[in-house]
Amino acid sequence: MLDRVAQAQHTIEEACRGLDRQITVMEVCGTHTVSIFRSGIRSILPDKLKLLSGPGCPVCVTDQGYIDTMMRLADRADCLVATYGDMIRVPGSDGSLETRASRGNVKVVLSSEDALQLARDNPEKTVVFIAVGFETTTPATAVVVQEAAREGIENFCVLSNHKLVIPAIRALLGGMNDRIDAFLCPGHVSVIIGSGAFREIVRDYRRPCVVAGFEPLQILEGLAEICRQFAGGTAEVKSMYKAVVTEQGNIAAQRIVAECFEPVDGYWRGIGKIAKSTLALKEQYRRFDAFARFGLEDKPGKEIRGCRCGEVLCGLMDPIECPLFGTRCTPQKPIGPCMVSSEGTCAAWFKYGRRN
Amino acid sequence: MATEPERILLAHGGGGQLQNQLIRERILPKLKNEVLGELGDSANLQLSSNVICFTTDSYVVKPLFFRGGDIGKLAVCGTVNDLAVSGSRPVALSLALIIEEGFETKLLDAILQSISEAARQNRVSIVTGDTKTVDHGAADGIFINTAGIGIKLPDVELGLNRIEVGDKILINGTIGDHGMTIVSQREGISLESPLASDCAGLAELTCRLFESVRGIKFMRDPTRGGLAATLNEIVEGSRRSVEIEEKEIPVKPMVQAAADMLGFDVLNAANEGKFVAVVAPDAAQECLRICREHPLGKEAVVIGEVVEMRDAPLVELRTKIGGRRIVQMPYGRELPRIC
Amino acid sequence: MCLAVPARIIELEGDRAVVDAMGNRWKAKTTLLPDAKLGDVVLVHAGFAISTVDEEEAKKTWELFAEIENMGSEKFDG
Repeated sequence: MLDRVAQAQHTIEEACRGLDRQITVMEVCGTHTVSIFRSGIRSILPDKLKLLSGPGCPVCVTDQGYIDTMMRLADRADCLVATYGDMIRVPGSDGSLETRASRGNVKVVLSSEDALQLARDNPEKTVVFIAVGFETTTPATAVVVQEAAREGIENFCVLSNHKLVIPAIRALLGGMNDRIDAFLCPGHVSVIIGSGAFREIVRDYRRPCVVAGFEPLQILEGLAEICRQFAGGTAEVKSMYKAVVTEQGNIAAQRIVAECFEPVDGYWRGIGKIAKSTLALKEQYRRFDAFARFGLEDKPGKEIRGCRCGEVLCGLMDPIECPLFGTRCTPQKPIGPCMVSSEGTCAAWFKYGRRN
Repeated sequence: MATEPERILLAHGGGGQLQNQLIRERILPKLKNEVLGELGDSANLQLSSNVICFTTDSYVVKPLFFRGGDIGKLAVCGTVNDLAVSGSRPVALSLALIIEEGFETKLLDAILQSISEAARQNRVSIVTGDTKTVDHGAADGIFINTAGIGIKLPDVELGLNRIEVGDKILINGTIGDHGMTIVSQREGISLESPLASDCAGLAELTCRLFESVRGIKFMRDPTRGGLAATLNEIVEGSRRSVEIEEKEIPVKPMVQAAADMLGFDVLNAANEGKFVAVVAPDAAQECLRICREHPLGKEAVVIGEVVEMRDAPLVELRTKIGGRRIVQMPYGRELPRIC
Repeated sequence: MCLAVPARIIELEGDRAVVDAMGNRWKAKTTLLPDAKLGDVVLVHAGFAISTVDEEEAKKTWELFAEIENMGSEKFDG
């Protein structure tokens, strides 16, 4: 393995040597952020290659309003909140689900199926499934919504905040941060949507889009391919994760999602409204929509003063440039989601890279 | 909306930052004494001509029964190990049981049997005990506390202040076995798995080491918070840094796979049959030899060394691909992640 | 964003499967992979198999996959 690591490093260094400026690559996936840090890749890349973390952390881009809604539902005696572990520590305006977990209304689940089972096992409560995640995770929610509909499990509903990657990339390149030179594309999102989904980014913005897996060698080889393209003046979609990613993606998963959800405008924390970037349940499944059932509105919450998560999410700023980083904002006392989520850029920087 | 009152979080008992904070800010100020203030695994008490080591621990593990052991075995081995890594020969334990109303007696019998067997294997006597019951729902079945006494071995001087640049760091075997076994059983995700806790008493091995090798500076058992917590405690307490080689850290593939599935870090996972030792460079080989001749040390290995601290004491990991990153003190409660 | 690991399908009934990753066995659903068969290695995310794994391709770059391959026919120990 080490000789392939060396080879990828060599390709990157060669390509960067010929450049007259820094090349900026954004990795659009929280899991990539963590893998990159854990494997120490940053410490072996040349200075000319700048790696940015983007808005690919579903917890980080979850708007404050949604978090407060989630907690209001957790406070209700007639509700059970089922959530992936990622959301437990995200701070709302008053505490987090963790501080409420001690009251037993919040259950951490590993699968949407577990949430549905919770509804079957607790007929006197309404189970609210906190459905966050990008395209990789959305099909899991769609499957249980259809299952609940078929079986008539009426005490189950979904608080959907599933988001879409391509609109986010377009929003970045279309104005928020057009200095990104290339994208390291999320491997598992691509399993669902297909590597072909990134062709529109290449067509409209001429940026290399390389799909990579999550092991250090896979990431390095992805970066090497990006550098190779950039140095050669080309821009293409290339998949380095052919073991599981196809051009067209998982058609069955795409179909199930399309049956249940439709894209609507959504609020991304720190970024603002992005058109057709969030998924809402379609009319025929509206009775499983927690927003509709409880008469809640999906509107943006109040931003915490001084929090610069938005700029970090757009790659406009490194965490250490935030005045709150490491001082008022730490994983123990997080101010914004970038620090709370184990995949958040700030949490990753703090955990793996910070010099005290 | 009324503000939520402060509550004890599970993480306050997690062996990480939050617990340290709780101890330093709430408990120590009220109990004020030098011996407690050292926060060692065992307290050294000078009693006539023998030095006695004295320690206590409470056991609240869920599930109560897991592959490789149960709460009873854990209660004996955990306390034996605190005495062992403090350089003493464990002699006697106290045993306090807090049992939930409605707890099945056949389960209690099984736990007591495990305690008896573990005590025999580790050559300690349970010399005193106590039993309480509480309302149904108040104790997760059963909670156990054990306090232990050991006789300090002659000529053994352990302390974070003895640690010097160049000292080697070794561990007696694979990490994460216990933590990942508990988590996967608790989350109900592992239907059948050979994942098993490494729960075991280390005193026989550690006594052998202390009796044969000079130059062991410090030892700790990496329980809650895992190897990451122990290494961070070492750097903080000794005001040095350490460099660890990722490729040397022994991990069973099955344990790693379980961790990958849940998004856990094996460095933060608990171990119940392991010790981390900091030894003088010329003592390392002999320590490894002695470990490898013992069933609990067959995979013993040097994982890193102590280096000079630069601006702050850090645990730095040299990764498998030759990169570098920092290992931070874990928060105190790992959560399975999906996204 | 997406933790997913490769695992081999060792039991399959309808869309309910048991998968094996390095000796760990988990329940997973194959609802999103209607063509999945017993013996296939699949990528599992949040309790669902989301893709089959092309074993030839996987062997080229996936260290974790190589380990699974090696474990494939080994008996459990301990």
